[in-house]
This record gives sequence, structure tokens and C-alpha cells, in this order.
Amino acid sequence: MKNDFAFKIGTVNGTGSASANGLIMQAIFRMGIPVSGKNVFPSNIQGLPTWYEIRVNGDGYTARAPRFDLVVALNPTTYQRDVAEVRHGGFLLYDSSWPLDPALARDDVSLLGIPFGRMCGEAFEGDRERQLMRNIAYAGALVALLNIDMSVVEGMIREQFGRKPALIDSNFKALRLGYDFATASFACPLPFHLERMDATADYIIIDGNTAAALGCLYAGATVGAWYPITPATSLMEAFKSLCERYRVDRETGQKRFCILQAEDELAAAGMVVGAGWTGARAFTPTAGPGISLMQEFIGLAYYTEIPAVFFDVQRVGPSTGMPTRTQQGDLMSLAYASHGDTKHIVLFPANPEECFSFAVRAFDLAERFQTPVFVASDLDIGMNDWMCRRLTWDDGYRPDRGKVLGAEDLERIGRFSRYLGDNGDAVAARTLPGIDPRGAYFTRGSGHDVHAGYTEDAAAYSQVLARLARKLEQAAAAVPPPVIDQRDGAASAGIITIGSCDAAVREAVDRLRSEGVALDYMRIRGFPFGAEVARFLNDHERLFVVEQNRDAQLRALLAIETGTPRDAMTPILDYGGVPLSAEPIAEAVKSGHELRPANYELTSKGVSSQFTAGRSQPGVPR
Amino acid sequence: MTSIPKPSVRHPGLPRNALGLTTRDYEGGMSTLCAGCGHDSITAAIIQAVWELDLPPHRAAKLSGIGCSSKTTAYFMRQSHGFNAVHGRMPAVASGVHAANRELVCIGVSGDGDSLSIGLGQLCHAIRRNINLLYVLENNGVYGLTKGQFSASADVGSKSKRGEPNVQPPIDPVLLAITLGATFVARGFSGDKKQLVPILKAGLAHRGFALVDVISPCVTFNDHEASTKSYRFTRGHRHELAPVDFIPLTHEIAAATVPGDPVSVTMHDGSVVRFRSVGEDYDPTDRDAAYAHIRRLQAQGEVVTGLLYIDERAPDMHGVNGTIEEPLTRVPYASLCPGNAALQKLQEEYR
Repeated sequence: MKNDFAFKIGTVNGTGSASANGLIMQAIFRMGIPVSGKNVFPSNIQGLPTWYEIRVNGDGYTARAPRFDLVVALNPTTYQRDVAEVRHGGFLLYDSSWPLDPALARDDVSLLGIPFGRMCGEAFEGDRERQLMRNIAYAGALVALLNIDMSVVEGMIREQFGRKPALIDSNFKALRLGYDFATASFACPLPFHLERMDATADYIIIDGNTAAALGCLYAGATVGAWYPITPATSLMEAFKSLCERYRVDRETGQKRFCILQAEDELAAAGMVVGAGWTGARAFTPTAGPGISLMQEFIGLAYYTEIPAVFFDVQRVGPSTGMPTRTQQGDLMSLAYASHGDTKHIVLFPANPEECFSFAVRAFDLAERFQTPVFVASDLDIGMNDWMCRRLTWDDGYRPDRGKVLGAEDLERIGRFSRYLGDNGDAVAARTLPGIDPRGAYFTRGSGHDVHAGYTEDAAAYSQVLARLARKLEQAAAAVPPPVIDQRDGAASAGIITIGSCDAAVREAVDRLRSEGVALDYMRIRGFPFGAEVARFLNDHERLFVVEQNRDAQLRALLAIETGTPRDAMTPILDYGGVPLSAEPIAEAVKSGHELRPANYELTSKGVSSQFTAGRSQPGVPR
Repeated sequence: MTSIPKPSVRHPGLPRNALGLTTRDYEGGMSTLCAGCGHDSITAAIIQAVWELDLPPHRAAKLSGIGCSSKTTAYFMRQSHGFNAVHGRMPAVASGVHAANRELVCIGVSGDGDSLSIGLGQLCHAIRRNINLLYVLENNGVYGLTKGQFSASADVGSKSKRGEPNVQPPIDPVLLAITLGATFVARGFSGDKKQLVPILKAGLAHRGFALVDVISPCVTFNDHEASTKSYRFTRGHRHELAPVDFIPLTHEIAAATVPGDPVSVTMHDGSVVRFRSVGEDYDPTDRDAAYAHIRRLQAQGEVVTGLLYIDERAPDMHGVNGTIEEPLTRVPYASLCPGNAALQKLQEEYR
């Protein structure tokens, strides 16, 4: 049980527990042990239940743990629920300042009571400090119970409060309160605990939104427009602070960027389109509701062929949905956003590392194909802290600005026709305003011909629209290819997934392999789908598609775009808003049944009957 | 947005500006608006203004929304990039254009439906943001392209062509703009080019958002007896506050020698706006006084025109942001990307 366990801390939001939780997670990381943290928080500023889940896994599995070895229950309003999530034989740590709540009683769980409230009430002055220090006190108890290296934690507190010695003292005092009480009262450490490793040296801890913001910075984006929305807000805030650090002239104080906080998402999209038309790399971060509002401008940018980058940090829909929970519910609406015939480039990062690299790629693709590009992240990737391989940057990178004609080009070609496309090329060269009068053209969302002139003529209109379709066909070869994991030759069954499901599905695949179920793995990373995707679908008799939405949207896209029959792909779905765990995926594959979680019940839809009847397991022996 | 290419006919006798261009060089496609439409007169005034300012066509960006007025950006400056955006959203596009390249001279054309109904929020926020944009609001009180519904600028009691009276109070873009803190607010009449051209020139020279509301009668749907946006009504009720002269920087010395200058405002680039025969009770640089004066005359049933309010001190969007002088589109990539060494150093903080 060393370095393989999970624990969960239930507190009240707005009480400062987030920093204590982050401290614990980071300390484990600094001990060289692979760790992941999932913040399950309310759409609220103060007073509602919030949880932080930490999974420690020496083998590097970072998907959400399905149940917990230890639960720290500090919020009486969620006692009942919290105690239920402790595994059989696990531990529950609670605040024993008050008599034990009957809701916490469970025979098969060891109860550990520490009077955090009373100790902090005696040791500290003032309600706010008592409240804050209670968090540090439970961190101190965890140091003892889980064998966290105290010197690491103390070092982090020193770093954090370097210039405020009084705060260092009170934090140390609170740490000791929890630590000393735990060591004096319980057999520390617990049977499951930490032991130093050296597995995180090449890693950093970063959230996907910060990584995406870094990508925007490194890609050379200069204009960012946005309207605040959870869970995308921190992307622009990170971009702003990065720009203030790296893009302000030291002597003049002048900025080499312009961030526009728009009046709404409609305007944010319009600003990005305006800036892209003018020749700047421009982007907007948003979430599903913002994408809904941006539809009209997305269609305009598609039809008028203007580069624009949209980050959709997906949250639970429909409508306002659950703003602080994660989902992959925007796949369909991104792929064909806006009215009329449209199709868009969509990139699907699975972790912060890809948020960084796909952000850069998104700008290149947007300018090369002169079209909107979406980076479909989600709340889990965007807002949670991930252990992620250290990012690197190729200093030889140059932005792909696509086909942009300058004065000399215009001189050479004579007549410029904005939407013609030379020699049947799907991408037509563009010009930027402010360069040369011979490059002038009129951009319009109304019907236009190859010369950018207004048209209501069927043939002239169709000519441009047909080229747009060809352009998107070409883009399929330029988006990031799927990640395919086929070990020891091809299996007859394959499992397909997307985005942040990655960690859980990989873990499920490994677990199934160890049980003798061979399964090839494919993670989709771009739309339109490239040839590898169709090949994988063709090459497998039996397919499972794992995604986080109700309607099996990825499966629908695969069926529409590749012609693979829907029934040939068994959906494994989860859309309740929390990150996936490996276990239900592995179970669903083994049963061969669809998983559509009305309370995680397995439902047999007949597609698997022949399967379950014929074999006990879906994988064909290798 | 229909337009028909105009045959380019040489008129050797036409005067040329400092760039050697004639007014014909600033024209665009043939207008497809109804004969006599006020908007075409405004187009002519814009052409005159940019010609007189010696504006290099490629340095301008023409931006518009949707509607009869928004079509007109295709009818002037064919050598300039134009962008017909979506309905009511031109200000957002203009904000992005201006953010990306602050050297571009942005000319926005919109209408009363585009600006005061579907795009009211965008107009308000573009004013707040003070983007450097000449915003010409071609105001006729009706939706023309959808055949004659009232717009949000229609006056109470003004009747439609079918005789139906408007009952909802109008939104006056001029009062709205002053309320929101616009830094340049004017109203013109499409039937008075002499008044409009210097206003447009001053609006183009203004660093910040310049709202020019132009009463522009719709000859097809709103030029009848019972309309308050007709040629006849506007001519009969127009009150010109103070005629202005716009004296560009290059003529500064001549301007300084004009005697009896009652009020003049020096613009950020050194150009001068001179108000002639301004009344004693009116100061075009006093926001509250300007507002009160317009309201007073309005209460008497007068349509106030002229350059109504000007503030040359307020910083524009880039001034507030502290953006580099060079357009962002010209900043070399090397000075935008911190490079791998900086990335490695930064990541020490992520451990």
C-alpha cells in the first residue's frame, strides 16, 4: 500500500482549504511520487461543500480514484455522503471538537478524531485566522498519517510567505498542532502511506488553462478577447499575467499585447474575427454557453475565411448546467458550429502538455487554413492541477502565417481575387488591410464569388462553398493524428476515447490486459478525422467509445464522418460532471454492454448478446 | 450587400489632392440603394472628406454591420479593405481591427436598426472602450431592407407609410453617446453636405470614438407627410448649433490667423476644429452643458445638428491599455516569444 492510495478532503468553500489541499498535493509531488489532484467544487464563492481528491500512484496512474482509503470529513453538511465513500477497512478523519455525529458511524471504518477547531480556537486569535489555520492543522495531521516529508511542507510554507515571518510562524504552529496530535494519538503512519521516489523530476504541476495561455504566448498571439466564464476565466487571466511578465517594454512600459474584456461572448468573438482579419493572432477562451453565443461570428469567420482561435473549456451543459463540473458535451456543436453548411477544425487536448502544444498548433492551422479553430479542453484539464511532463519549446519555431500576399506578390499577379484559390488550391491567398491598395477587397458574410463580389448566382456561390469543403478535407491530414496504442499486434477489439478520458481509459486498458483482455487503444486528437481514424475503425471487429456526454457525441461524429455504423461502436458514457475512473470502464468492457449511467446501471441493448454468449470476454486471444 | 462595379471613367479636369488622387479614386461600386436615398449623399460626403484629408486609401478599413446603411461601405473607397460584418456587431469587429493595427483609419457605417436595436450593447461598449473609430450612424427611423418597420429611433407619433403611429419612445444616439462619455458627438443631415464634410473630417482626426449621427431620409418607406425623419420635416425643424470648420495640421498657420475665433479645439494631431457663431449659452467642450442644450432645443421640437460635443483629452483604447505605438501586426515574432530558456526558468515555479 505504499504510494498507492487515494484520499479525499471535504470542506466548506471560501474557508481557505484550497491552499492547504494544494500544499499537500505539491508536497507529495516534491517527494518524487506521482500524484493527481481533482478539485470538486461548487459554483459559489462561500459556504457550500467542496472536495479535494488526491490520488497517489507510484505507477503513474492519474485518473480519478473510484473510492477512498481515507476521507477527511470537515463539513458536517456532507458527513453522510463523505463517510459512504470510504472503502471497506479505510479511515475517516473528523474534527472531534464536537461529539461524534451519528452520521459518521460506520463499523468497517476506523474513525480518527482530532479536535482541529478547539485546538485552533485556543492557539490563534480571530475568526479568520482560526478558520485558515484549521486547514493547515489538518495538513499537519496528514503529514503524520501519510508520512509526508515535514521538511518539504515547511520549505513550501517558507517559499510562500518568505516576506511575512509572522505568517510562517503561525503556519508552522498549526502544522505542528495537527502533526503532534496525530502522532500522539494514532499509529502513524497509516498502513497506506508515502515513501520517497524519484519519478517526478521531469515533471511540473500545471493546470491546462495556464498551459494553454503559455501556448498563446509562445505562438505569438497579440490580441485576446474574452468574457469571464467558468471554467475558462483562468486561461485569460494566466495569459494576462504572462504577457505582463514577458511582453512589457522595460523602458517605456508599453505593452506588446492587447486584451479586450468584452461586453459578452458575441463581442469577444467579433473582436477575434476583426483582429484575425487585420493580421494579428487572436483568440478567445470560453465555455459552452459562450460558444452558443458566438455561433453567428463563427459562421462569418468560416465563410469569409478569417483565422480565429477559440478555446472551449467545456463544462456541464445544457444551458447553464453545472458550471464547475466537467463534461465533453460540446463535441457536436463545435464540429458544425453555426447555421448553414459549416465544418470546423477542432483539437482535443487530453492534458496540459497538449493544451500548450495544441494552442500553438491551433494558431498555425487557423492561419494556414484561414478558418476558425477550436481547442476543446474541459474543466478537468483546464482547472485541475496536473502532473505534466516538463514543457519544452523549439526555438526554431516560426509561425505559419499561411498564404498572405504582400505588395510584391500583388505586383506580380496583377489581379487579386480573394476567394479564387490558384490552380485549384483549396486555400485562397488573402491580403491584410494597411498594406497595399491593390490588395483591397470587400469581406462579406453574404453570398460572394471568387472575386469577393456580392452574388446571388448559384454557380458562383457554389464554387466558393465547394472549395471550403475541400479545404476542410485537407485539414484532416494536418490536425494532430490520433494516439494509437497497439501492443503485440492488433487485437480484434478497440477502445476509442477523447480528451481528458485518456488517463482513465488507459488505466482500464492496462487493467484489462493484465486480466487477459486484449484491447487496442485510440485517442482522437483532431477533427476532421484523418485516415488513421478510419483505418482503426475498419481494423477492429468490436469497438467501444468512451466519452463524457449523454448522447455519445464522439460516436455520432465517427459515424457521420467515416460511415462506420453506429451500432458497431458500443458507447461507454459518463456525464455526471466528475472526472472518469478506470473501474467502470473496465467493467463495461468486460460485460460487453453499453454503459449509460443512470446511476451507473448497466443496460443491455442487444448489441452485445452475441458477444457475451459466444465468449466470456470481448478481447480475442492474441 | 449588392454592388455593381462602377465603370472607371477618366475626368482629366478633376482636381487632385496631395496624393494626386481625384474624388473618383475614392469611389466604390455603384450604389444599389433607392434613387434619392439619403445614404448616397452621406457616401458622397465621406468621399469628399477623405479626399480632402489626403487619406491614402489602403490605410483605411471600412467596417459595417447589416442593413441599407451598412451596404454603403461598398460604395466608397474601393482601394480600401472593407468588412461587412454581422447585424449590429460592427463595433466588436472594429475593436479587434483597431486592437491589431492602431494605424488603420477605421471608418464604421451603421444604421439605426443596426446601432440602436440589435447592436445597442455593442455601440455602448465601443463608446466606453473609446476605440479610434469614425462611427457614422445613417439614421432614417425605419428598417428599409425588411420594408418599413419602425426602428428604435422613430419618434413617438411619427407615422409609418401605412399610417400607423409609432408609440414607443425613441433612443437618441446623440444623447446616449454623451451620457456614456463619448469623446466626439455630432449630428448631421444627409441633405447638408457643407455641414457634414467638416464634421466627418474632424471625426476622422479625432483620436477615439467619433459618433456622427446623420439624419438620412428613407425615400421609399419614411419620407411621407407624417414622418419626422423626412427631408421636409428635417429641413423645417433643423437647428444648426454652430457651423464648424476643420483645419488640418498642414493649414495650421492659416487657421491661426482667422480673426474672431469664438471657440476652437486643437486636436491631438495638431488639427483645429473651429466653431463659428457659437451661442453664448453653449460650450461644445462642456458635457453637461451640451446635453442640457440639446435637450432644451429638442423640447422645442428642434432637430439639433452640428458638432455637439468634443473631448480631445481622453485617452483612446490603446492609450488606456498602454499598447506599444507600433501596430501589433508589425511587432516581430521574436519579440513576442520568450523562448525555451525562459520557459525552463518559468517552470521552476511550477514544481
